[in-house]
Amino acid sequence: MSPDKINRMINQIATFFETQPDADKAGCVADHLKEFWEPRMLEQLADHMKSGGDGLSPLAHEGSQRVLDMPA
Amino acid sequence: MKDFILPTRMANGDIDMGTPRSKSTNMVTLKIDGFDVTVPEGTSVMRASAEAGIQVPKLCASDNLEAFGSCRLCVVEIEGRRGTPASCTTPVGEGMIVKTQSSKVKKIRKGVMELYISDHPLDCLTCAANGDCELQDMAGMVGLRDVRYEAVANHFEARNSSGDVNTQFIPKDDSNPYFTYDPAKCIVCSRCVRACEEVQGTFALTITGTGFDSRVSAGAGGDDFMSSDCVSCGACVQACPTATLQEKSVIEMGTPERSVITTCAYCGVGCSFKAELNGDELVRMTPYKHGEANRGHSCVKGRFAWGYANHSDRILDPMIRDKITDPWREVSWDEAISYTATKLRDLQSKHGVKSIGGITSSRCTNEETYLVQKMIRSTFGNNNTDTCARVCHSPTGYGLKTTFGTSAGTQNFDSVEETDVVIIIGANPTDGHPVFASRLKKRLRAGAKLIVIDPRRTDIVKSAHIEAQHHLPLLPGTNVAVLSSIAHVIVTEGLMDEEFIRTRCNWDEFAHYAEFISDLRHSPEATAMLTGVDAQELRAAAKLFATGGNGSIYYGLGVTEHSQGSTTVMAIANLAMMTGNLGKNGVGVNPLRGQNNVQGACDMGSFPHELPGYRHVSDDATREVFEAIWGTTIDPEPGLRIPNMLDAAVDGTFKGIYIQGEDILQSDPDTKHVQAGLAAMECVIVHDLFLNETANYAHVFLPGSTFLEKDGTFTNAERRINRVRKVMAPKNGYADWEVTMLLANAMNSGWTYTHPSQIMDEIAATTPGFANVNYEMLETRGSVQWPCNDDNPDGSPIMHVDGFARGKGQFIITEYVATDEKTGPRFPLLLTTGRILSQYNVGAQTRRTENSVWHEEDLLEIHPHDAEVRGIRDGQYVRLASRAGETQLKAQITDRVSTGVVYTTFHHPDTQANVITTDYSDWATNCPEYKVTAVQVALSNGPSEWQEDYNAQAEQSRRILPAAE
Ligand code: SF4
Ligand code: SF4
Ligand code: SF4
Ligand code: FES
Repeated sequence: MSPDKINRMINQIATFFETQPDADKAGCVADHLKEFWEPRMLEQLADHMKSGGDGLSPLAHEGSQRVLDMPA
Repeated sequence: MKDFILPTRMANGDIDMGTPRSKSTNMVTLKIDGFDVTVPEGTSVMRASAEAGIQVPKLCASDNLEAFGSCRLCVVEIEGRRGTPASCTTPVGEGMIVKTQSSKVKKIRKGVMELYISDHPLDCLTCAANGDCELQDMAGMVGLRDVRYEAVANHFEARNSSGDVNTQFIPKDDSNPYFTYDPAKCIVCSRCVRACEEVQGTFALTITGTGFDSRVSAGAGGDDFMSSDCVSCGACVQACPTATLQEKSVIEMGTPERSVITTCAYCGVGCSFKAELNGDELVRMTPYKHGEANRGHSCVKGRFAWGYANHSDRILDPMIRDKITDPWREVSWDEAISYTATKLRDLQSKHGVKSIGGITSSRCTNEETYLVQKMIRSTFGNNNTDTCARVCHSPTGYGLKTTFGTSAGTQNFDSVEETDVVIIIGANPTDGHPVFASRLKKRLRAGAKLIVIDPRRTDIVKSAHIEAQHHLPLLPGTNVAVLSSIAHVIVTEGLMDEEFIRTRCNWDEFAHYAEFISDLRHSPEATAMLTGVDAQELRAAAKLFATGGNGSIYYGLGVTEHSQGSTTVMAIANLAMMTGNLGKNGVGVNPLRGQNNVQGACDMGSFPHELPGYRHVSDDATREVFEAIWGTTIDPEPGLRIPNMLDAAVDGTFKGIYIQGEDILQSDPDTKHVQAGLAAMECVIVHDLFLNETANYAHVFLPGSTFLEKDGTFTNAERRINRVRKVMAPKNGYADWEVTMLLANAMNSGWTYTHPSQIMDEIAATTPGFANVNYEMLETRGSVQWPCNDDNPDGSPIMHVDGFARGKGQFIITEYVATDEKTGPRFPLLLTTGRILSQYNVGAQTRRTENSVWHEEDLLEIHPHDAEVRGIRDGQYVRLASRAGETQLKAQITDRVSTGVVYTTFHHPDTQANVITTDYSDWATNCPEYKVTAVQVALSNGPSEWQEDYNAQAEQSRRILPAAE
């Protein structure tokens, strides 16, 4: 999966949760990723984040960090 | 196997009661031939007699049509009434005393029959309807022994006795591929005309002329059946009491001697059929009157398009090859299965447990789907299972689960009979879900109002005796904006159902939502610029929906297949909740499912994150339930979805896939990406009827069986679990569930199922919504709608009656977000895709039937203005290009589409509309955005390079070596 595709998918998810009333929006993004993303996709996300996570919106970035910090 | 299975509840079996059932609750008692009979007010004397077991002779009456009273065969005597009234048109009255037999009525009936027979060819012995003809039956019943009239003129002889041409004679019309119309045998009872109007709603037939000159005619003068508006649903053929309208298959093979009740394997309506056979030769499929989804109606696909089951293209022997550039080699089942098992295990030992996976089929049974996901989770040991619902209704699952708590539609189809205002959004029911469309049209003709939200002027917008009150032709991709504007009008004008919201939802949540939606940016005037929908029209539609009585919403893939698919589903749910349109008859949120068992495939745990019954794999308690029965451990992490599998294949971490009954290369978006993914895998196993497009990239081909060749169940769009019954032995040797079991057992699973009913028992034992479902129950009830358990022992026709599955209904904020797929100078038009009536999905089945006469190729619909500026004329080849790829097809110029929008279907591999579609997808579920692609259209100078390469590869790949001796 290209970083572009990762960015597009997570930005889309973040765009939705951005509009939701939940207090912890980044938590919602992280939960969504945890619920639907297979571990090797999360690994690719981890690589992407290690190299800065360029192209992720602020909320997408925060959500991504949060999901990677979750216990396996 | 039992030959004829008639659920006992259906006391009246197949007897035609003469006139429709009355829905009145007032009961009336009368005496018929000395017996007391109590029936609902409004029942005809004919039907009341039938209820008492007395059959009055009849020709023009049938219980799926309103009484007409033209043949006068059904006359009876009623005490205190003058003359001999027709029993079909006479309603019962309290205390009435009826005599169905008397010398007077007998004489009249004989006279009527004599007249009919004098103008009917007496070639019964060689007639296709011999033994299946009501005219014959009635002649027998009234005791007709001789015909006194010598007809001066008749309709059935081509020449009269002096050899002159008989101008009344009309030759047989066999233009329709499936049935003939032989006017020589017509008794002008007009049952066909009424069936076409009342049951099908197409109005293709009329009676022209009067008296002796009256004839049935299809379309206008000069038309035959094929050139008329006829959609070949078969309702008229079913209604015809004689051989006038007759299936060609019966003419060819003779009348069937046994029948088995089963379920159509095409679309999500799930019609019940009688498969009628001689021995194991299928003669015809007729709609089953007691089928609760279709109530005796059918469409051209289920009724007639079953010939693919015997098509010579069907592959009956397993085949393998090492490389996809090799020709196929036919092998024994043993060799194929052990080759596959070894290859899959090798891949796992080299590349890890998660390097393989599979795709379950929405065309296969629940039991088969359950087994495939079980094999993946338990035998493969990972959760890499997905299903074609990924590419169609996965947003429905996500959206309805979030808002209501259950991933399914809320109503049964009968509910439409009580609806007052219908919104159809992103669905084309007359083509995609024809039998439901007929039921809907019947309700619309009776006065219900219709709002259509669709970029195209679909047939339902305006057709015979139906016209939508409002058609909102939005630009593709702006569903959320339009639905939000509708909600804006309802909320700002205070038209919501406050009582419902307060009791059934969370008021604070709604208040927050109301604040959001009341903002001026959601007003129709503000959104008109991006949606292209007239603000006044939208306001009127919103008011109509909120105030017009029972409001129901029916939607299809035009809702889900967008980057905001899940959001749109939630917007629909919001609309239903704020207007209180849930939990009773005539309302609800109704996804129209594409394939026959999409609902079932989702229910059965086909998705990588969910075990059967929509329970997340991370849930320990759920996993334990399955682990206890399966004796294996289940991975708690979600697996890969189809697009993710293809990505992982390209990345080199996903190597093998078992695909049951799906053609992902043709049906999934961005064909080039799918090609690349498949080409990167080392073991692609295709389990299907035909060498489909995906098989061009396969290493193993396992022949599949048709729905006629196995036992099982399908679950339709109304959550109805219908039985599929084995009508004949599998031509390939094994039902699909047996093939999956062979493979699983070759990988040491030790499964011991001997009948699908045992698989259903396992489903019931593990999945709460199915707890009380078993084959014995289905045998007696006919069908049942889940949830069916101790709380709902009779199943659940309507959901969320007293409360939502999740407790309180949840309002979700639905902000419109424009898709990234945008038009620009290079790609200035928006392409949207869909389907048509006669073809089904990728067309693998329907293309192998006579249905192709209605649709030989995919066409590109383009507005006259857009065509003109490009110099395109109707029927010319054009090149359709997007940033993903390009293809060539013929243009059809029509103002059904607006300017700026073009439309095509995806039934034919030569066109491959999906070369054009992109890998953009729904934010929540990765459901691809099929419905919006920015494209350019130009006159073409021959097939695209891609098409040429593709066809060359396909031809190369389909070679089969003769079997080794
Ligand atoms: S087949 Fe259906 S549409 Fe065609 S004439 Fe008969 S009833 Fe009408
Ligand atoms: S075609 Fe059949 S149903 Fe139609 S009027 Fe003639 S006999 Fe009756
Ligand atoms: S409406 Fe659907 S289920 Fe019914 S006959 Fe047609 S294709 Fe089959
Ligand atoms: S059946 Fe009653 S008039 Fe024909």
